[in-house]
Amino acid sequence: MMRHIISILIENESGALSRVAGLFSARGYNIESLTVAPTEDPSLSRMTLVTRGSEDIIAQITKQLNKLIDVVKLIDLADSPHIERELMMVKIKTTEQTRNDIRSVVDIFRGRILDVTPSSYVVEMTGSSEKLDAFTAAINHDTIIEVVRSGATGISRGEKGLHL
Amino acid sequence: MELSGAQILLQSLADEGVEYIFGYPGGAVLHIYDAIFQQEAVKHILVRHEQGATHAADGYARATGKPGVVLVTSGPGATNAVTGIATAYMDSIPMVVISGQVSSPVIGSDAFQEVDMVGITRPCVKHNFLVKDVTKLAETIKKAFYVATTGRPGPVVVDIPKDITAPNITVPYKYPKKIALRSYNPVVNVPKEQIKAAVELLLNANKPMIYSGGGVVLGEASAELTEFTQQLGYPITNTLMGLGSYPATDKQFVGMLGMHGTYEANMAMHESDVIIAIGARFDDRVTGKLDEFCPYAKIIHIDIDPASISKTIKKIAIPIVGDVKPVLKQLLECLKDSKKKPNKKALDAWWQQINEWRSVNSLEYDRNSDLIKPQYVIEQLYQVTKGDAYITSDVGQHQMWAAQYYHFDKPRRWINSGGLGTMGFGLPAAIGVKLAFPDADVACVTGEASIQMCIQELSTALQFKTPVKIINLNNRYMGMVRQWQEFSYECRYSHSYMDTIPDFVKLAEAYGHVGIRIDKPEQVRPALEQAFAMKDRTVFLDIMTDRTENVYPMIEAGKGHHDMKLRVALGTSTDRELA
Ligand SMILES: Cc1cc2nc3c(=O)[nH]c(=O)nc-3n(C[C@H](O)[C@H](O)[C@H](O)COP(=O)(O)OP(=O)(O)OC[C@H]3O[C@@H](n4cnc5c(N)ncnc54)[C@H](O)[C@@H]3O)c2cc1C
Ligand SMILES: Cc1ncc(C[n+]2csc(CCOP(=O)(O)OP(=O)(O)O)c2C)c(N)n1
Ligand SMILES: [Mg+2]
Repeated sequence: MMRHIISILIENESGALSRVAGLFSARGYNIESLTVAPTEDPSLSRMTLVTRGSEDIIAQITKQLNKLIDVVKLIDLADSPHIERELMMVKIKTTEQTRNDIRSVVDIFRGRILDVTPSSYVVEMTGSSEKLDAFTAAINHDTIIEVVRSGATGISRGEKGLHL
Repeated sequence: MELSGAQILLQSLADEGVEYIFGYPGGAVLHIYDAIFQQEAVKHILVRHEQGATHAADGYARATGKPGVVLVTSGPGATNAVTGIATAYMDSIPMVVISGQVSSPVIGSDAFQEVDMVGITRPCVKHNFLVKDVTKLAETIKKAFYVATTGRPGPVVVDIPKDITAPNITVPYKYPKKIALRSYNPVVNVPKEQIKAAVELLLNANKPMIYSGGGVVLGEASAELTEFTQQLGYPITNTLMGLGSYPATDKQFVGMLGMHGTYEANMAMHESDVIIAIGARFDDRVTGKLDEFCPYAKIIHIDIDPASISKTIKKIAIPIVGDVKPVLKQLLECLKDSKKKPNKKALDAWWQQINEWRSVNSLEYDRNSDLIKPQYVIEQLYQVTKGDAYITSDVGQHQMWAAQYYHFDKPRRWINSGGLGTMGFGLPAAIGVKLAFPDADVACVTGEASIQMCIQELSTALQFKTPVKIINLNNRYMGMVRQWQEFSYECRYSHSYMDTIPDFVKLAEAYGHVGIRIDKPEQVRPALEQAFAMKDRTVFLDIMTDRTENVYPMIEAGKGHHDMKLRVALGTSTDRELA
């Protein structure tokens, strides 16, 4: 079951997001993550959807998405070279003794510390979803207070783009 | 010209060429009803239940090819319409449903008669709109009709808050002549190479089959399909939804396929080496067990909806995404240009094989019974109406018998709920058809259980003078349910029987119609003749049929096409012990 990142250009209308979410639940497809925000053209939103499935299922998903009247265009980023990024913020319990260790792990992963209190850090990190997984795995699980992830977004490499 | 929202709605419908709207009033649509009162272009048909409105509009749409239009109030009016919307959705029927909504400022406050209609209908519409601005109303109506009727058709809901239709707010009116949506482009061109490849494959076939469906009816391509089929000389089968798109009385027609299809149609599909599927969607009633479906065939699939291709049956050799009519024209042209001809020797052998299967006579039944056989009723109905009536049906055994024994030679004559299988569809649909074609014979073939689901529309039939004939195959059972219980649950007839069936003759009379009950085979023909002779009366024919009769052939769930249950020995069914 391959992981696919489907990038969708969709009308920026109130019901549009629920049409996409509803399609997935109604047809039993799974959504690993979903991000959405308006584009430089405020009448359009860009949605990035991460899903897993066999080739047949992914083909049906893209066809069904294309069928939604609000969907203008879409591409499966997994079909060609692309860049994937996700933003994560992690709140970590700290003590005198652990603070330095945590800092060095954050440095290795090229993260940033956004907030410091005597007993906590908030760490910001961007990267592929895999990299973010690796970071949380590297931190002592019991010290993690909270993890917030944006879900993956992506863009294809080269001069071609997804636009009107 | 400045108009209120309600006036804009009515004027838009008139400009769209809408003849009838099927509706039911209520608080949220009162401004609209007031506007209806003050115009004449669009005629309103007052139903007795909103489900009836949707089915009547649907029947009108199926018979004419034009979109059906419905108007319901918010809350319960809207939810009552949902079954009919889903029915139209599953069979790809063009329909525009206008629902009233509570006023914009109170949306979301659990206001009186508020439901989230856009949310509720999202999974069973092609698209829906919530109108937020009266200046966008005309454009939204135009979009709704455009989306409903183009590409793969389907129902579209337009939810209109009450304040949008208020008489004191008027805005300039202009109905757009044309509309385009940047996110919706239903026109597709088919590359020549694909047409060529399809023709090549077809001409190389030894055991070819043409399997066509509702898409040919929806795409108005019966003439092209008929020419194509007759050019090739290949056998053709239709889905339940495709009946009539190819003349059933032609010798190349081998009957319906699928669960209750003929022996010859299913065997031919199973043995075929090249199948061309035309506007059909490989539904599970058709394919049976997926891994045993057409094991030897290379498949060409023509469909306007890319999502229909490889949805259930994955091994499609040549997918053609396009509108059936132009695609069939392209295929015909390519056929004419081709030097190659169908392999005559192989085709003769194939027809010989098919005729052997035909000789099994899988639709034969006991013609010597003292009881009225439902199949006999349909055969007589066919003869009395000269095969030229519009036949609507409900859902159950009677539906299958109507499909098997009424030989539809023209498209849009067979009007039934295939995809959703909605009991209650038949009577309101017949009313919609009769409004569209007042001079045609319209009959609703139904069962004593189904008819009770929308029986209240008998009242609509009286008010709007739509003299339809109700052919009630009364077997005192939910026959289709009983049949499954007989085959799969050792005859435990759990709740498939009602012992308090109403007196339909009195019921028909109470509604101001004619009721006739018969229980002997020799009464069938005269009763039908009598019913159809009463041109201006709705007649309820309550026909006491053999309650033990089952639909054959049958492919049971999870079995393949070659694994059919045939009627074993004629005349044995009455011997079975029934509760
Ligand atoms: C009790 C019961 C028993 C049933 N038993 C059977 C049975 O034995 N056999 C049977 O066949 N059915 C049976 N059905 C019906 C079945 O459930 C399906 O509704 C039916 O098989 C679907 O028919 P179809 O494939 O023609 O598709 P439709 O639902 O008619 O769909 C049409 C297809 O054509 C496409 N299309 C639409 N317009 C165009 C166009 N312009 N150009 C190209 N393509 C177009 C659409 O995208 C769609 O894929 C039964 C139903 C009930 C309720
Ligand atoms: C609204 C709805 N509810 C339940 C069903 C399931 N169902 C299918 S056929 C059937 C029985 C129909 O009985 P009747 O109308 O008497 O027809 P018969 O099969 O006896 O000809 C039922 C309950 C359905 N199709 N639609
Ligand atoms: Mg019955």
